[in-house]
Amino acid sequence: MTEGITMTPVIEVAQARKDAEPVQRDIVFDIQKLTASYGKEPAISDVDLEIYRNVITAVIGPSGCGKSTFIRCLNRMNDLVPGAKIDGKILYQGDDLYASGVDPVEVRRRIGMVFQKANPFPKSIYDNVAWGPRVLGMRKDLDERVEKALRGAALWDEVKDRLKKNALSLSGGQQQRLCIARAIAVEPDVLLLDEPASALDPIATSAIEELMDELKRDYTLVIVTHNMQQAARVADMTAFFSLDVDEGRRTGVLVEYDETAKIFTNPSDKRTEDYVTGRFG
Amino acid sequence: MNRDRRRRIVNRTMEAVATVAAIVAIAVLAIVVISVAKRGAGAIGWDFFTKPQALFGQPGGGIANALVGTALLVVMACAMALPVGVLTAVYLTEFAPRRLAVPIQVVIDVLAGLPTIVIGIFVYALLVIGHTQSGIAGAFALAIIMLPLVARATQEVLLLVPSTLREASLALGVRRWRTVLGVILPSSVGGILTGTVLAVARAAGETAPLLFTSSIFANSVQTDVTKALPNIPVLIFTYSEQPDPALHEQAWAAALVLMAFVLVASLAAKALLARSRRKLVG
Amino acid sequence: MSAVPTSSPLQARRHRLRGRLGDLGLHGLTLAAALACLVLVGAIVWKILALSGDSFDRFGLGFVTGRAWDPVKHVFGALPFIYGTAVSSLVALVLATPLAIAIGLYLSELAPRGVRGIVGSLVELLAAIPSVVLGLWGILVLGPFLAHHVEPSLHSALGFIPLFGDPQQTGQGLFTAAVILTIMIVPIVASISRELFLGVPRELEEGALALGATRWEMVRGVILPATRSGVAAAVILGLGRAVGEAIAVTQVIGGGTRIGWSLFPPADTLASKIASNYQGAGSGLEISSLLYLAAILLVLGLIANLVAQVIVRRFDPLRGARS
Repeated sequence: MTEGITMTPVIEVAQARKDAEPVQRDIVFDIQKLTASYGKEPAISDVDLEIYRNVITAVIGPSGCGKSTFIRCLNRMNDLVPGAKIDGKILYQGDDLYASGVDPVEVRRRIGMVFQKANPFPKSIYDNVAWGPRVLGMRKDLDERVEKALRGAALWDEVKDRLKKNALSLSGGQQQRLCIARAIAVEPDVLLLDEPASALDPIATSAIEELMDELKRDYTLVIVTHNMQQAARVADMTAFFSLDVDEGRRTGVLVEYDETAKIFTNPSDKRTEDYVTGRFG
Repeated sequence: MNRDRRRRIVNRTMEAVATVAAIVAIAVLAIVVISVAKRGAGAIGWDFFTKPQALFGQPGGGIANALVGTALLVVMACAMALPVGVLTAVYLTEFAPRRLAVPIQVVIDVLAGLPTIVIGIFVYALLVIGHTQSGIAGAFALAIIMLPLVARATQEVLLLVPSTLREASLALGVRRWRTVLGVILPSSVGGILTGTVLAVARAAGETAPLLFTSSIFANSVQTDVTKALPNIPVLIFTYSEQPDPALHEQAWAAALVLMAFVLVASLAAKALLARSRRKLVG
Repeated sequence: MSAVPTSSPLQARRHRLRGRLGDLGLHGLTLAAALACLVLVGAIVWKILALSGDSFDRFGLGFVTGRAWDPVKHVFGALPFIYGTAVSSLVALVLATPLAIAIGLYLSELAPRGVRGIVGSLVELLAAIPSVVLGLWGILVLGPFLAHHVEPSLHSALGFIPLFGDPQQTGQGLFTAAVILTIMIVPIVASISRELFLGVPRELEEGALALGATRWEMVRGVILPATRSGVAAAVILGLGRAVGEAIAVTQVIGGGTRIGWSLFPPADTLASKIASNYQGAGSGLEISSLLYLAAILLVLGLIANLVAQVIVRRFDPLRGARS
């Protein structure tokens, strides 16, 4: 775990956050006995979790523990993977996301996602942000909407003079912020971030982290990260996933879920403690 | 809400359109195959394969002369196209400097895209005007069509050969030519074979290059390659232009034989390719 | 220096010499083969231009606009065949392009995993059917069907458009040729399109879907724009194929020098005019004129080919998106 900006011990980072504002408990996702499998093998099993409004929830754990699988269940992105199967329930504001008759397109429109690798469309910077609103019929005041999204993603000042330039001309960190702008331009309720900074340098990473703190006021954020420092810095709540090895089968399970400070300073599970103190993974 | 419903309907419609398009393509294939099989099967029998074409206006007869001729033409074309195609591919992947690789690549692509009738009339101008039609001229025209196919297929498989294999051999102090002939080409044999089978399938059914080079031929089995060789494609072509229903039936039967050969060869090549790819890439 | 230690220096040198000769030999041999390809294309161009010389001297560029093809009076012109080539190819392109793109999209985006390979192979098999077999089917099955069912209904429904004139009796004509050409180029364009669509990075597709776009919106907004140059090149390759196809067209187009609006009457293309004279031409001038037609065809084919190659190499919107 050498990534991150400072090498301050995780515990200190987390303790510094301990006195941060108290966590509101307004449930957005109520996840009950979630099991997701590709083919016959379950990738995660029996996950129970509540995710709260206007809070940053981090999902951490060793690689292969199903963090990405988990977050992709939340906006039905796994529907696109052939052979993927979901059991259990995910209630989003009380409604079952996987109930029959629920349109995954509508789900994804409300629950936005930012991916590990920045994936701007091969279009202009402006069109990248404007494409979603256009498709969804939010054509009114499109310019203002684009500006607002770019400001929201802390990118406006850097690109306002070259909105017509191809998005692929931006740097990696800028591309990732553009993807965040693209996601918030359609005004989702939730933003899922799947290791959004794993391919970025420390400066770009810190820009994204500051941005997340800003976004928290308007959105509910769930971030997958393999970087404990990052989770300790940005998250209010942290879920620790681990691998259960059983008869040669490796399945991701939720080990512990609590306020970030508690997870990093006083975990109640031995496996969490081993992981956050660096004795594992 | 209304807008979302419209979006969903548009999406469904487009998905349906794409699915129907694929069904149409398969239906056309099925219709062609079935109508050829249905009309051609009746005339197929022992005699059809063993007897040569009947004299004009007489009933019966088969396609023995055309079968022999087509086999000869394709074998000769192979003998011409295979070495040149494979060696060109070896040059492009192993030796060529960029300056030469680009124009040669362009030329091969151009050759692959030339209208076959143009190739036919070129060989006509080169070898037939002033002489006569001949099996050699026909085979040469077919070879020009096979050449880019063989070269491309070989090139593709040569590029698949892992560079570690190349380096391993060169690191042992083995000379480049030994590396190419002893290591690289042998590990690409499967791919080259696939390309050859596809090229043969293509050449066996080509008519345009033969019209001007090997189309005026005898009704008997002919093995003298300095004379025009009877062949299946031209036989189908000329029969199809005749009003006589008996000849149509023969044309259907010959078409069935040709199509069966081409389709089986294509499928075999595909299977072969999958196997040799697995061997190389793992 | 790195010679085998047990052999004497002389032997080592002989070894090295043989090795170098081998390298030179193989290099030279392969270079000769590659140059043979260059020479071949050069010879094709040169020979065809040289032999069309007589006709070019006689008619000049006016050949292209000449409407007569009269071996008796020794007057030859290419316009009717250029018209036939243009109309049959364009109609085929209009029919084939949407169909091929739709098939490409089905194969890359929609088809369930088990079906994908089978359907893809079947579409490719359609391209493997020899053109003479397709032409036989066209003249004896498709032509009569079009003449008796499709052409009359097109005429009665859309007859006010001059393209859909009086139906024909035999089914031999431009329209039948265009349909046959469509069948020939759809699998080519569809196969290339499928590869292009599959080449669009998965992350881009997910990026679009994660915004709440439908599959079609994702296709229209991301996949098609990202692949448009490749698809355009594929369509041009298909066009080149349609322009150059001789046999199947000769079988179904009927032959003639008419120029008019209706798609149904018989005509000839450049390629079919050449092919239908295979049993020999009357005079040296006629042969030269046929080669002039071939020269036009050659130029068209070269242009289509090179344009397609340039498009593919120069304009790739995804350049930079793939890493």
